[in-house]
Amino acid sequence: MFGDYSLGDLGAIFAMQGFAGLILFSVYVLMALGLAVIFGQMGVINMAHGEFMILGAYVTYLCSTFFQTHLPGLFGIYFFVAMILAFLASGALGMIVEWTLIRHLYKRPLDTLLATWGLSLILQQSYRTIFGAREVGVELPSWLIGSVQVTDTIEVPINGLFVMAITTLITVGVGLLMYRSRFGQQVRAVMQNRPMAGAVGIDTEKVDRYTFGLGCGIAGIAGSAFTMIGSTGPTSGQLYIVDTFLIVVFGGAASLLGTIASAFSISQTQSTLEFFLSGSTAKVLTLLAVVGILMVRPQGLFTLKVRR
Amino acid sequence: MLQTSSSPATLPPGPVLGTEPMLAIRDLHSAYGQSEVLHGLDISIAPGEIVAVMGRNGMGKTTLMKTLMGIVPVKSGTITVDGQDITALKSHQRVAGGLAYVPQGRMIFSAMTVQENIETGLTVTKERKVPQDLYTMFPVLLEMKGRRGGNLSGGQQQQLAIARALASRPKVLLLDEPTEGIQPSIIREMGRTLKKIRDERGLSIVVSEQVLSFALDVADRVLVIENGNIVHEAMRADIDEAQVARFLSV
Repeated sequence: MFGDYSLGDLGAIFAMQGFAGLILFSVYVLMALGLAVIFGQMGVINMAHGEFMILGAYVTYLCSTFFQTHLPGLFGIYFFVAMILAFLASGALGMIVEWTLIRHLYKRPLDTLLATWGLSLILQQSYRTIFGAREVGVELPSWLIGSVQVTDTIEVPINGLFVMAITTLITVGVGLLMYRSRFGQQVRAVMQNRPMAGAVGIDTEKVDRYTFGLGCGIAGIAGSAFTMIGSTGPTSGQLYIVDTFLIVVFGGAASLLGTIASAFSISQTQSTLEFFLSGSTAKVLTLLAVVGILMVRPQGLFTLKVRR
Repeated sequence: MLQTSSSPATLPPGPVLGTEPMLAIRDLHSAYGQSEVLHGLDISIAPGEIVAVMGRNGMGKTTLMKTLMGIVPVKSGTITVDGQDITALKSHQRVAGGLAYVPQGRMIFSAMTVQENIETGLTVTKERKVPQDLYTMFPVLLEMKGRRGGNLSGGQQQQLAIARALASRPKVLLLDEPTEGIQPSIIREMGRTLKKIRDERGLSIVVSEQVLSFALDVADRVLVIENGNIVHEAMRADIDEAQVARFLSV
């Protein structure tokens, strides 16, 4: 499949596809972070995570139209406002869902799978009713359009750089929150031993609620970033949820570094192969590789070396 | 024991008897689902008293501890700590109410560092830093404060679990089989530590035990629990070792 290209062409192709893969990687990382935090904290597999992401995307869309019609002068900065609102909207919805639905099912983890799946269907239909079945796209401010010419054959889109910068910031932020703050310490204590965490004085229910909100909020930001690489429709989130599960499992549960490494390898493989093969063949090859590696290393890429 | 009446600021060592109990358990029933394990326990612990709850495996010692901490639900009866009824409270509210717990098997957070483990105990006190006196009491924890808890030895983990419990400034400290899986020399050391904790902090200690020598070493009073009921009770001074040993023999 490489035969038709010269060596220089191949280099440029790999570089540009690699970069396209990095934007995909950013969305994956943000999605997987939220999913991993929620799964690690309460063992809940959130099937509605894609819909929380799409909520963020719709919020971004609403923001862009609002700024276009009412505040055209500030259109250049609408994206920052949109991301904050996306985080708040998805986070708040997450906390409401945790309080009304999830917390009653902690003792029945398999039922949370069904409940969140049902929730995802409800959310999809709500989006269809509110925003219509047609996919919507956002208007990017002018400074995000265009690309940087690196060499004659390689150019790098600016919005991609922007999304990556945001992802880096959020990943570092979540890392600091988890490993440097008092809240993160409580989250990790609850993750490791829920009854004991309560018995040292941690309000586990409050920690659960905020953690679920945080995970969903990050998905909302992922949705904001997503508007730059795809158009938003009621079911767009579903395409991402399977890949995100795969990333969490592949990376090794409860490992932030593992999640990042696995999101990187999966998105890069996917993106590079897509150029040479059809999209679905690329996906099949990626999945086969992941399944093969998981058969050899069922615990995922990274694990903690500690006595349990 | 020596008592000095001239310094009322420091609590005299030993139990302050004849006052309101620090921990009062009244007609406590608790159950796992349908099967009742505790059948109406009545226990009073005085301020500054160390009480050992003895009994064979499966007699309800651990269930008693877990019921006190709110991990196993109370079916009926009341638990009060320093006059406050905590029967209906959640685990973390009980910790705020003055209970602290060192569980069987220690249950430290193995992937977190020693320092982080102790800091989890600070949640209800709103303190930010580990109090220096905890490191003074357990110097080995200061040495190892950056290590993951799971990589400590059994005896060190036990000290960590006690330090974590003390961080919440409890009025009553509950220890569930603290000698389990610990070397004999360290068991003696632990007995001294428990008495020191009581003397320095004036808190009450309830310790569940199977090892009679350890119980006789630390406790002011010994209770024997069998099939969810208290069947024997004696002060240390007039304890009949042979009789208690018979309760413990299989």
